[in-house]
Amino acid sequence: MINASLPELRRALDARQISAVELAGLFLDRIDALNPALNAFITVDREGALAAARAADARIAAGSAGPLTGIPLAHKDVFCTEGVLTTCGSKMLANFVSPYDAHVVSLLEAAGAVSLGKANMDEFAMGSSNESSYFGAVKNPWNLGRIPGGSSGGSAAAVAARLAPIATGTDTGGSVRQPAAYCGITGIKPTYGLVSRYGMIAYASSLDQGGAFGASAEDCALLLGAMTGFDARDSTSLERPTEDYAAALAGPACARPLEGLRIGLPREFFAEGMSDDVRAAVEAAVEQYRVLGATTVEVSLPNAKLAIPAYYVIAPAECSSNLSRFDGVRYGHRAADYGDLADMYAKSRAEGFGAEVKRRILVGTYVLSHGYYDAYYLQAQRLRRLIAQDFQAALQHCDLIAGPTTPTTAWTLGEKADDPVQMYLSDIYTIAVNLAGLPGLSHPVGFGADGLPVGLQLIGDYFAESRLLHAAHRFQHATDWHARRPACAA
Amino acid sequence: MSRSDWEVVIGLEVHAQLDTASKIFSGASTAFGAEPNRQASAVDIALPGVLPVLNRGAVERAIRFGLAIGAHVAEKSVFARKNYFYPDLPKGYQISQMDLPVVVGGTITIRVGEGESAYEKTVRLTRAHLEEDAGKSLHEDFHGMTGIDLNRAGTPLLEIVSEPDMRSSAEAVAYARTLHALVRWIDICDGNMQEGSFRCDANVSVRRKGATEFGTRREIKNLNSFRFLQQAIDYEVQWQIDTLEDGGRIEQATVLFDPDTGETRMMRSKEDAHDYRYFPDPDLLPLMIAPEWKARVQAEMPELPGAMKGRFMDDWGLSAYDATTLTASKEVADFYQATVSAAGAALAKPCANWVMGELAARLNKAELDVAASPVSPAQLAGLVARIADNTISNAIARKVFEALWNGEGATADEVIDKQGLRQVTDTGAIEAMIDEVLAANQKSVEEFRAGKEKAFNALVGQVMKASKGKAGPAQVNALLRKKLGA
Repeated sequence: MINASLPELRRALDARQISAVELAGLFLDRIDALNPALNAFITVDREGALAAARAADARIAAGSAGPLTGIPLAHKDVFCTEGVLTTCGSKMLANFVSPYDAHVVSLLEAAGAVSLGKANMDEFAMGSSNESSYFGAVKNPWNLGRIPGGSSGGSAAAVAARLAPIATGTDTGGSVRQPAAYCGITGIKPTYGLVSRYGMIAYASSLDQGGAFGASAEDCALLLGAMTGFDARDSTSLERPTEDYAAALAGPACARPLEGLRIGLPREFFAEGMSDDVRAAVEAAVEQYRVLGATTVEVSLPNAKLAIPAYYVIAPAECSSNLSRFDGVRYGHRAADYGDLADMYAKSRAEGFGAEVKRRILVGTYVLSHGYYDAYYLQAQRLRRLIAQDFQAALQHCDLIAGPTTPTTAWTLGEKADDPVQMYLSDIYTIAVNLAGLPGLSHPVGFGADGLPVGLQLIGDYFAESRLLHAAHRFQHATDWHARRPACAA
Repeated sequence: MSRSDWEVVIGLEVHAQLDTASKIFSGASTAFGAEPNRQASAVDIALPGVLPVLNRGAVERAIRFGLAIGAHVAEKSVFARKNYFYPDLPKGYQISQMDLPVVVGGTITIRVGEGESAYEKTVRLTRAHLEEDAGKSLHEDFHGMTGIDLNRAGTPLLEIVSEPDMRSSAEAVAYARTLHALVRWIDICDGNMQEGSFRCDANVSVRRKGATEFGTRREIKNLNSFRFLQQAIDYEVQWQIDTLEDGGRIEQATVLFDPDTGETRMMRSKEDAHDYRYFPDPDLLPLMIAPEWKARVQAEMPELPGAMKGRFMDDWGLSAYDATTLTASKEVADFYQATVSAAGAALAKPCANWVMGELAARLNKAELDVAASPVSPAQLAGLVARIADNTISNAIARKVFEALWNGEGATADEVIDKQGLRQVTDTGAIEAMIDEVLAANQKSVEEFRAGKEKAFNALVGQVMKASKGKAGPAQVNALLRKKLGA
């Protein structure tokens, strides 16, 4: 049951083979058993989960269940949950119980999904390894000595280790796709504006976007479908009809279901930088797409190499301002001893924030400062436009873009902890997608020399979520990489 | 060197609180006076994860203002974050507008001084932009700690910035008064200065007459009455002149005015100025104002004071002074127009005299607003009509007005009838009174005949007195001269 797909769980619940309470209990017990080693959860809400499961059972009994009714899930701890600790992976919010639900949390609750608890994450979603969490690093279920990726590392590890069938995440520079790749699962970040940011604690507002983790494209489609939709409380939320992503997965049941699909391979993504084992797995996956009927064409993203410098100006600039509200005045951490007001701010923030968060606040404060704004912030915005234009140009020649999600497989815990730039480079293929606001998906396509998963990234034009999910679903229909499990979930 | 060798240069920044029911970026109420923090929503207290949503009503008011002053209402304007830490600024930044404000340019015509020396002047506006207000820090009653009230946080403000076009505190006050009347006229701000709905910052500098460069300015913050505005500028100007004449230099600074001492004192120097690190707020899309929106706001715009003033002069023959006075506020203009429409356009001038004269004086004495006047426009119109048709004299009219004020009658006619105040015009009756007066005042008659014109006036007074004021002075005059054979 723990490895069942969402449609299988749906059938089991509807057929009363298992109740929602039993299903929640099954996963809660796995969390109790495995979380001490994995550290994927910051908060486990057993009581809340069982209450939600009971309500789900009532709905199922009443015949009014939806696709997610009774399905357990984990929420990244960046989403505010009413009455439940919401820490954002930080000491600053280690005592913060949110008085309201994020829009995504409300939508999933309304759909009848059962939240098991709050998944660990890099502090304020800043990190690529999940080592910056105040609540300790998350371990990769495939190898406890490796990082799971970040910043949504807890969500990805939870799904990979089957502590939850699905999980929410957020992706500002790759924080869904990169940990999905490192943990051997599927993750999708939709077009900017599809998922409401209301109640999603902001890191970099113009880049942050909620996303979905699952074992397969099909599970992601079901979760994403329940997360999207216009929200008047988010001014950047897009006012358009919601799509049934799961329905879009249906396709021709034939040997070449992707006939006619043109996949662009960016020259720059396949040049140096990628490790040999990642290259081998990615190229084999591309070949598999050809077998399924797709054609491939080389495209170019000449400015993609500028994505990391542009991102590390824009994201810190926004975060330096977004995190100003954590001042110890109204909620969150306040230093025990302080002199005057300035001292209270300085001590509370010095104690409440970790090193990576402070680094980005300082960088952001610097690039927005008088005399530097034009050279850094405005210049980065110009690069951002060029990068977005590159994608539009490339998408003239293809329907989807494919390439590696990450340059290597998951590295050893602590390996890059003292070298932030090396850490930042792990997001080299994912960051440009956020700068352009495009949808991106990562799905597992094999393993590296170290036995750790490799992900392939698919990038589409705005609102091409269905196309991404359909392609990945067809790939997964023909292969079994997505069905491989780490030992703890075998 | 004297004060007259110096030229004063003043620009004003006015924060007008927009009278929307809810806040600029949240649904919380803007009503004044609630218990602390009872009108602060999740957005206002900046909980983690909350986002701003722009209030259309605030934008609409900004458009109305822009159109009223003939400014450019920007098709695209951008909200920016002004970053600084303060406990009553929950997000650690204020959402404001920087590079692209919603209103650009425009002018306001002011009338300065009174009587012969009065003059008109056009003040140019730089811009007006939308922003949110901060909360309040309460330093009293907390035993050494500071209380924070976030009810005001997120209240919509229109910051209206003038060019440095004013050359005296009188001009600055005239500008502030005109602007104050305008924002109330177009119903975007209640103008309540005690509650902080209309606050002025004055940028003041001085330079030697004939100099082309501006002097270094100091900004006087948060002046919440016209009197303080005048006092603060006058003090500041003298301080700057004294400093310069003593060989000192003016440093750019922000200063506060202390109403108790009447002095300004330094709050922070330029060196302490914040770097606010403005950048476009990524939570809000650029504000787009379509031409259709502007057109709709324009169509709903009330007649503006300038146009109304012109109409009063052209159609009703009022003087510039009268027309300016009567359009100084919407309430006075409304009262006056209602009075004329009841009395008829032919009586527009006497109506103006009564509204600006007796009524204004009486309201002033009773500390009442014109909207709360016990005498209605219709009652005043009835009174003016009876003066015009000679039913009563001006002197009697004041009695009738007083009676109406005190509720002693529903109409002027009722008061006149009840109290028997109808003017006596019957020649025979007046001649009879004259005969009595002449008989009783032989001494005055003799003096008059001896050439003392003063004695004639005394006799007129006696006749008026005998008539209990009901006789017309002109008629008495004529009949008396005839009697005396003069």
